[in-house]
Amino acid sequence: MKLKTLLLATAAVGLLSTTAIAENHSLALEPCENCADSLTLVSWGGAYQNSQIKAYSEPYTEATGVTFTWEEASAEAVARLRAMNEAGNVTWDLVDVVASDALRLCDEGLAVELDGDTDLAAAPDGTSADDDFGDLRVNDCFVPQIVYSTTFGYRTDLVGDTAPTEVCAIFDTDTYPGQRALEKRPIANLEWALICDGIDISEVYDVLETEEGVDRAFAKLDSIKDSVVWWSAGAETPQLLADGEVVMGSTYNGRLFSAIVEQNQPIGMLWDWQMFDLDGWIIPTGIDEAKMNRVKHFLKFATDTQRLADQSKFISYGPARKSSAPLVGQHAELGIDMAPHMPTDPANAETQFLYNYEWWADNRDDLDAKFQAWLAQ
Amino acid sequence: MASPLPPYASPLQIFWYYAFRVICGLIFFFLVFPILTIIPLSFNAQDFFTFTPEMLRLDPAGYSFKHYIDFFTNPDWQQALRNSFLIAPMATILATALGTLAAIGLSQSHVPARSAIMAILISPMIVPLIISAAGMYFFYARLGLQGTYWGVVLAHAALGTPFVIITVTATLVGFDRSLTRAAASMGADPVTTFFKVQMPLILPGVISGALFAFITSFDEVVVIIFLGSAEQQTLPWQMFTGLREQISPTILAVATIMVALSILLLGTLEYIRRRSERMRGLSPS
Amino acid sequence: MSSAQLTGMDMATPDDGVMRAADGTPLKRRLARALRREKLRSFMLIAPLLFFIILSFLLPIADMLFRSVENQIVENTIPRTVVDLGQWDTEQSDVPPESTFEALYYDLFTAVEARRHTRLGQRLNYELSGMSSLFRGTGRDLDNYREDDVKALEDAAPALDDGAFWVSMMGGDGGGAFLERRKQAVVTVADIREGLDTPLGFTIGKGAIDLLPRTSSAYADWGVFTVFADEDAVAEETPWEAVFVALASDLRALDVAELSVFDADIAEVLTDGKIALEAITPPDFAALFEASDADWVEPETWRIFEKFSSRFTGGYYLSAIDADSAAEGFQLMPEDERIYIKLFIRTIWMSLLITVSTLVLGYPIAYLMSHTKRSTANLLMILVLLPFWTSLLVRTSAWKVLLQQQGVINDFLVWINLIDDAGRLVMINNQLGTIIAMTHILLPFMILPLYSVMQTISPSYVRAAKSMGANDWTAFWRVYFPNTIPGIGAGAILVFILAIGYYITPELVGGTQGVFISNRIAFHISSSLNWGLAAALGAILLLLVLVLFYCYDKIVGIDNVKLG
Repeated sequence: MKLKTLLLATAAVGLLSTTAIAENHSLALEPCENCADSLTLVSWGGAYQNSQIKAYSEPYTEATGVTFTWEEASAEAVARLRAMNEAGNVTWDLVDVVASDALRLCDEGLAVELDGDTDLAAAPDGTSADDDFGDLRVNDCFVPQIVYSTTFGYRTDLVGDTAPTEVCAIFDTDTYPGQRALEKRPIANLEWALICDGIDISEVYDVLETEEGVDRAFAKLDSIKDSVVWWSAGAETPQLLADGEVVMGSTYNGRLFSAIVEQNQPIGMLWDWQMFDLDGWIIPTGIDEAKMNRVKHFLKFATDTQRLADQSKFISYGPARKSSAPLVGQHAELGIDMAPHMPTDPANAETQFLYNYEWWADNRDDLDAKFQAWLAQ
Repeated sequence: MASPLPPYASPLQIFWYYAFRVICGLIFFFLVFPILTIIPLSFNAQDFFTFTPEMLRLDPAGYSFKHYIDFFTNPDWQQALRNSFLIAPMATILATALGTLAAIGLSQSHVPARSAIMAILISPMIVPLIISAAGMYFFYARLGLQGTYWGVVLAHAALGTPFVIITVTATLVGFDRSLTRAAASMGADPVTTFFKVQMPLILPGVISGALFAFITSFDEVVVIIFLGSAEQQTLPWQMFTGLREQISPTILAVATIMVALSILLLGTLEYIRRRSERMRGLSPS
Repeated sequence: MSSAQLTGMDMATPDDGVMRAADGTPLKRRLARALRREKLRSFMLIAPLLFFIILSFLLPIADMLFRSVENQIVENTIPRTVVDLGQWDTEQSDVPPESTFEALYYDLFTAVEARRHTRLGQRLNYELSGMSSLFRGTGRDLDNYREDDVKALEDAAPALDDGAFWVSMMGGDGGGAFLERRKQAVVTVADIREGLDTPLGFTIGKGAIDLLPRTSSAYADWGVFTVFADEDAVAEETPWEAVFVALASDLRALDVAELSVFDADIAEVLTDGKIALEAITPPDFAALFEASDADWVEPETWRIFEKFSSRFTGGYYLSAIDADSAAEGFQLMPEDERIYIKLFIRTIWMSLLITVSTLVLGYPIAYLMSHTKRSTANLLMILVLLPFWTSLLVRTSAWKVLLQQQGVINDFLVWINLIDDAGRLVMINNQLGTIIAMTHILLPFMILPLYSVMQTISPSYVRAAKSMGANDWTAFWRVYFPNTIPGIGAGAILVFILAIGYYITPELVGGTQGVFISNRIAFHISSSLNWGLAAALGAILLLLVLVLFYCYDKIVGIDNVKLG
């Protein structure tokens, strides 16, 4: 729970000073010696990648002339990096991954360990990067950028008079008939199933540790299995909601923000037991020295306090540094305050669950196999 | 049944004659309708694949060119377009050159282990793509070809050759051998014979094989995802990631443009065929 | 060319009854030479493509399929344990002896440093659930095993903190081959491929190997790892914990007098260490592992180690047919965990349905096209080929737009009051969606061969039948239809072969019930990272396709495929 209090504190600071508008100071970058002049970055595509381009790579190109190639392959990052490593031909320089993948990559020696003091920028007040990121830096390889939540959106015009207010509405097919969209993986779905089956949030992982607990979670999911559309990419749920194909569905909060605020779709959003998660960079092992120097130089720039705050102008994900929170400003085009749309906003974060990375890293292989077998039945 | 009705046709025959045409019409509708639906959707003013109420009312506000503008101004799409036109022609040239030679070789009368060789040469068309893609991925990565232009070209060329073999072999079946003999007896060397006599006659097969090879590469998505890197992102790849990560009707705008391109290609193919049939003296009956 | 020359041969000189060519050589030989030359020439024409296909296509596939039996990871990651397991008498005890646990400790220590133990855990997890967390959890604890030994040695013999001391203690002649073996093992575990000719900067003497066998082995591991992975100098670093643990065990096992083979100062340090160790209970590695995870003393864990310690395995193939690879003998998985056989059957069944649908839809079209004016037929051909030339992704997305519950077809049906708003049909994200979309996508592959066969059927057959009194139906069914069977065979097998390997379309419109075995292969390649199983499934699928391909060749001949 340490992580949670920390986040709430971060968000509170953010609220107090939402008016602080980020200014782009003229960039004074340290010189980079023996550095490559192009980088290949890997990310998720869509609005998220766009926000990274706007906040990180464009200013960097402006200051240094370095060119970037973006590849949209973060979803398969672990498989691709392992194959590249096996073949001894690593073609990626910096990869955006979720925290659980970062754990796996670091465990397997596929990602480079980074020193918080030398490789990352300190906060403006001198706080070291490691302290500034706090617990969010889940291991030495991972440099967090944003915090996000996987949460539920619903069609305001299809849910009748009583809009859902809690996550267990997904299991209530009587009040909310129709299809729902869930992610095609066990993480979060099993936890939600148990929470809605009456297990207290603090005991969820203890219960999942037992075979009966896993069966119980699957039994709960069985009750809605016939009305679930399984998604594997973040863009699917907003599309399904916009089409009216599903009445409600889980997706990343930034995607819902974009559908609701930017696209004016008749969609509402739930902030209840949303699954809190992190996304950040790792540098793959096995890249040559010039690339390594350049990517470290870029990384130091792109994860400093100002850059992380800048990213939140383009997408409603919270910056991972404590020191960035006060700098979160307004949407770059719509001019609305971004803080209330962040997963870190206290009103939103009242009931959120922190997904247990270590536990999932240990049990992922087993539960993935069970989940896939269950799906195929 | 399908031939013109004779004057003495019975009512049942008349009924069947028209019913058959209606059925065929429906099947053609099934073939073409899905492709036609994407055209209006590509002018959607919204960012979803949905017919909005404005569109159904034919309200101009529901339509826009923004997805076309996006396609022509977005550097990612432009890069993908460029890559597609860099990769597909090179793969086509390679596949057509190797495939045509091999087809001529195969058409000669004494080829040892002919059917085994044929089976090997056709195999890229038969092996499920996912197996080919995974295999080439690991193997090419070890050779340092993964993520390179030539790696993708080689893979696409391999996938395209069976089509060249098939179409060229088909033309060679009807090829009159005495023509090359005549040329040889008049003192033409084999190379001259090939280019002056054989080539013009099998050209339609070569061209149609080349077009198949081209479209194989141009529309290929599984292998390129495994084998390519950011620098080789092609149109289908861009569309595939677009469908997964950021559903946007820009894909449909691209599709509409590609349909137009296909019609152009098909028209060319048809024109070439008619021309070649005239050349061979097999005028359309 | 041969016959052109043969026409000019001189028949006038046969004395010996042998036919001769113009230049006097026997005709037989001449013919054989001409034949050889022709064979050679056609082979020269084919060769470039043949080699190209073999190199760029077949070799990669063979290479991938090799993964389905390859299992070097176990032997590479825990080599000493695998050797020791060979001596385990499974009749005698459920769990191997202490020596195996000790070997496992040293192996795993190196593997953890090289960050390879989680991969081994993941690999064995395919066979027995729980292995992944076993390796991960134990890997976190390993540093702290026998902390007392390490601390006692460091306190009593501070010289052991000095890398240079170790170099002189372990150094000597006669251990070159031993060190080379360890180097190969460590470099394999850590997967180091570059800079392998860097000098090691340390040696291991015969004396050290004899007297301190565990230490020599552990020190060699550490030294090699330090030089090649960390790229540091051995003399400047303190060895890792496992070396101290090994030294403690070796010191316990020897007599102080034996230390005299070392120089006096080294012997003194080691004697100090040995004395300090007397106060500490000797190690029990089995108990240490058990404390990390009780699964280490489960017989099943070790059965899996033993079963999967060889370099090749049939385990992936067993998994691919839903057999329990962990069980003794052949045994299927519990009912609710069987998925692959079901998926194979579903893939075949749905491919059949798709083949039949394309035939039902394609036959009338091909018939119409072959019985109409050439120019109309060509126009219709463009309609047939248009979808064929339109991006697969686009056609699949178009079907999504049409078939979904709020899609065009449902809207239309509601509009004409055929169904009401609540009763909208579910036509996508299930098998129906896959079948409809794939029928559409594969239809041209049925029409083209059918059309090319129908074109060759002379209309006089049907006319003859009719003139002999057959009615339209009989004439069609008894005369025309049998003639089109080669076309049906060609189209059906072609469509079936293509359908069975489909991946993209089922992925996008198939939901969970409409996916094929290819989707599963893709899942194992890019998500679960079980490449061995992906290769085994791929090999089975490939075999299926090859059998079909063989039938195709027998029935219609590969040459008879026509495309427009």
